[in-house]
Amino acid sequence: MTVTTALPSFDEAIATYEPVMGMEVHVELGTATKMFCGCSTTFGGEPNSQVCPVCLGLPGSLPVVNEIAVESAIRIGLALNCSIAEWCRFARKNYFYPDMPKNFQTSQYDEPIAFDGYMDVVADGVEYRIGIERAHMEEDTGKSLHVGGATGRIHGASHSLLDYNRSGIPLIEIVTKPIEVPAEVAPAVARAYVTELRELIRALGVSEARMELGQLRCDANVSLRLPGAAYGTRTETKNVNSLRSVERAVTYEIRRQASVLSSGGTIVQETRHWHEDTGETTSGRVKEEAEDYRYFPEPDLVPIAPSREWVDELRATLPEPPSVRRARLQEAWGFTDLEMRDVVNAGALSLVFDTVAAGATAGGAKKWWLGEVARVANERGVALEDAGISVADVARVEVLIGEGALNDKLARQVVEGVLAGEGTPDEVVAARGLAVVSDDSALGAAVDDAIAAQPDVADKIRAGNLGAVGALIGAIMKATKGQADAKRARELILERLQS
Amino acid sequence: MSGLTRRTAAELATAVKAGDVSAVEVTQAHLDRIAEVDGSAEAGVHAFLHVDTDGALAAAAAVDARRAAGEELGPLAGVPLALKDVITTADMPTTAGSRILEGWRPPYDATVTRRLRDAGIVILGKTNLDEFAMGSSTENSAFGVTRNPWDLTRIPGGSGGGSAASLAAYEAPLAIGTDTGGSIRQPAAVTGTVGVKPTYGGVSRYGLIACASSLDQAGPCARTVLDAALLHTVIAGHDPLDSTSIAQPVPDVVAAAKRGAEGDLTGLRVGVVKELGGEGYQAGVEARFNDAVALLSKLGAEVVEVSCPHFTYGLAAYYLILPSEVSSNLARFDAMRYGLRVGDDGSRGAEEVMSLTRGQGFGAEAKRRIMLGTYALSSGYYDAYYGQAQKVRTLIARDFDAAFAQVDVLVSPTTPTTAFPIGEKVDDPLAMYMNDLCTIPSNLAGNASASFPAGLADEDGLPVGLHVMAPVLADDRLYLVGAAVESAYAAQWGGTLLEQAPALEGIGQ
Repeated sequence: MTVTTALPSFDEAIATYEPVMGMEVHVELGTATKMFCGCSTTFGGEPNSQVCPVCLGLPGSLPVVNEIAVESAIRIGLALNCSIAEWCRFARKNYFYPDMPKNFQTSQYDEPIAFDGYMDVVADGVEYRIGIERAHMEEDTGKSLHVGGATGRIHGASHSLLDYNRSGIPLIEIVTKPIEVPAEVAPAVARAYVTELRELIRALGVSEARMELGQLRCDANVSLRLPGAAYGTRTETKNVNSLRSVERAVTYEIRRQASVLSSGGTIVQETRHWHEDTGETTSGRVKEEAEDYRYFPEPDLVPIAPSREWVDELRATLPEPPSVRRARLQEAWGFTDLEMRDVVNAGALSLVFDTVAAGATAGGAKKWWLGEVARVANERGVALEDAGISVADVARVEVLIGEGALNDKLARQVVEGVLAGEGTPDEVVAARGLAVVSDDSALGAAVDDAIAAQPDVADKIRAGNLGAVGALIGAIMKATKGQADAKRARELILERLQS
Repeated sequence: MSGLTRRTAAELATAVKAGDVSAVEVTQAHLDRIAEVDGSAEAGVHAFLHVDTDGALAAAAAVDARRAAGEELGPLAGVPLALKDVITTADMPTTAGSRILEGWRPPYDATVTRRLRDAGIVILGKTNLDEFAMGSSTENSAFGVTRNPWDLTRIPGGSGGGSAASLAAYEAPLAIGTDTGGSIRQPAAVTGTVGVKPTYGGVSRYGLIACASSLDQAGPCARTVLDAALLHTVIAGHDPLDSTSIAQPVPDVVAAAKRGAEGDLTGLRVGVVKELGGEGYQAGVEARFNDAVALLSKLGAEVVEVSCPHFTYGLAAYYLILPSEVSSNLARFDAMRYGLRVGDDGSRGAEEVMSLTRGQGFGAEAKRRIMLGTYALSSGYYDAYYGQAQKVRTLIARDFDAAFAQVDVLVSPTTPTTAFPIGEKVDDPLAMYMNDLCTIPSNLAGNASASFPAGLADEDGLPVGLHVMAPVLADDRLYLVGAAVESAYAAQWGGTLLEQAPALEGIGQ
């Protein structure tokens, strides 16, 4: 029997307990080839079309390290202010699972390539320093597709299909030190951390870091304790794969654990699944005993000893740190702190940047991405990038507004049309006939009709009450179904009534 | 042309090149010999698990065609070879001697296989071995024992008993072995043949089904030192597909073998390893070893005794490191992608099918080592077992370094005993492990070593091996010493040691 009790609110939970978090983020590198073989990493190929003896783990095959992956790992480490190991090794993490062809994952254990760094993030206007424990290299597993059961899970499935295209794709796992921040901002800090990390990865050019494609995957560890007490038992919520979910999942775990603890229960150390639809986590596989991965140094690979010269060369290629870049862009764009924070929190910094580069104003770019596009993306549960409108489309809409071909109202309809899959902005304008009516003869007729229909208003204007112009423009807009160029309509009204 | 199977690889290659005999004739002669003596698991030598008659004849015909077209042939073109069945071949099954891989046909050739083919060497088939190269008698093969051509009631050594027996039975003039703790050298010793374990990283491991990755090394097996050197040259050299492969020039082992055959070892410093002899060594083995040491002196070498104190711990360290790596390397045999699958009737989940398959697919020795290794790597035990064993490994490497600061090569008997009767040690793993006492240190340290025929033990008339160890990348010294000893003994014995072996005619039919 399941007893459902209402969880305490977040505020109730943190009135008693302090949360401690730890974030583990896996980044799929955007290298052309896999971590240990020459197979392509292109997403979306036919199942098992991008495999070879090495990434299938066939008997006799041997791994060879991808140099670009090591370079990417070092650059990530440097950007996270980490020390770079002068000598490190890969290790085997041994466990059985059908999507892992060798039944061990080639990873790093006690000798990561990068360690002991930090990243500063801003939440609610306050800067927090997040300690980075380590960043290490490893290979991804294949993918299991469970057929016949509910919701694609293995439980109840009649059989499973295995796709090894992803097997061996290079991953960098970035692990934080325990994050201890004021309880009320903990979920926001978790989100800010992942947001910031994503921006950093993108700025480095080592991955597109698209969470919805699994290129950046987040596991959130959460534990609670009474103020001043030792760390509590933690849970690890796996695969929290959107920025919003990071914040929600952490919030939920804080509430859930507070509920368990306050009713005298104990937290079980376990992995938990995040459910985007219900906003809850549920217990994953209950482990009867602690998993023992029997790590040992990978004998098929030689140690990696990056020279100081190489590391220095890579350091010189680092992009501007995200916080510096943000400050610079904020100034260039003329955004307030609040506006900038909204852009960052929406994960739209790169989109706005690209849209401005494509010809839009900063304010215009922000307005669309955080407004109409965000609304539709949220409705569909997709990332902004996947809402169906491109940077070029948004920039084009802004250009059309600037040229006077669209007004705000029409522009909104154009964006709606693009988001609905009706084509490019120009195609939507043409198909829906949305061009602004600024042609003087058509507009002039509408102006004349409006003046004729409201002679009292016309008199007020003639008497110098310009505030009354709005009433006539309203009528004109109504008559033209919003397509009138309001600015031109005002000019025509004034020409007729003030001359 | 029945005499063809008695000729050395060098002679056969020369004859093929000169047009005195075709590669097809040479290959057919060996296929006929295999048909005559190899038999089956029940009777005969049973060196081969798979004979590729059509493929071998086609490869031989291709060599003949190249010769006819006026192409320059390599030094071993047209010479047949027996390949240990732990090295992948795209055109033949590869079983590693295990039920769990029965019928598996790899989609790719090992680098060694590719280099053999590129050299025009004719691969006759795949030879028997202890399952996943784990054993010293070939009795751990899932497909039956191989019998020692010197005495069919005795083991041919292991794990590469098939490769060694194929040479001793004149079924092939060349063979490839792999050596993790002595699997090339110990079979060579007990069959009166030559076996060389090159420096670790000297020969690519790509396509060699791993037993213990940090110890495994493929190498040449032959009846003469020169033949082994020629084969060594074909298979050695850097391979970008193997990260542990050494990117340095291969020592000129052929030149060393030729120089050694002149019989002058003046100036060579030889160290007799104090710790590898004495109690537990068969009297006939000790006697032949002492003869060999005396011979080295006679040939001009300066012989001294050298102590390598940590060699005593080699066996213990080896049996922690090896099973640890084995437990991980053999994890991939899980019925999901290839090989045996047991119990997949729709009623069981993947985990249960894996478990059933591994339970039925692996033999007792494989299971024993998987369990030992799983235990040794477990949290809480790692430092005490695997960690300590790695320290011993370092100490053994230092022993070698210290020894090689004094001498050019080290020598010992290859094995404590001659070939023992089939079945004698199957129930006593520890007694079986003792076979590798002398050979294991070189695997742990990664240096080159080899076994050369050193005569017959007086008490049983069976072959004894002289074990020679050289520093990392000084493989040429093995050939220098081996060839010098070989030519001196040939003069003394009136031929090779193998010429004293029984003829075996018709035993496989």
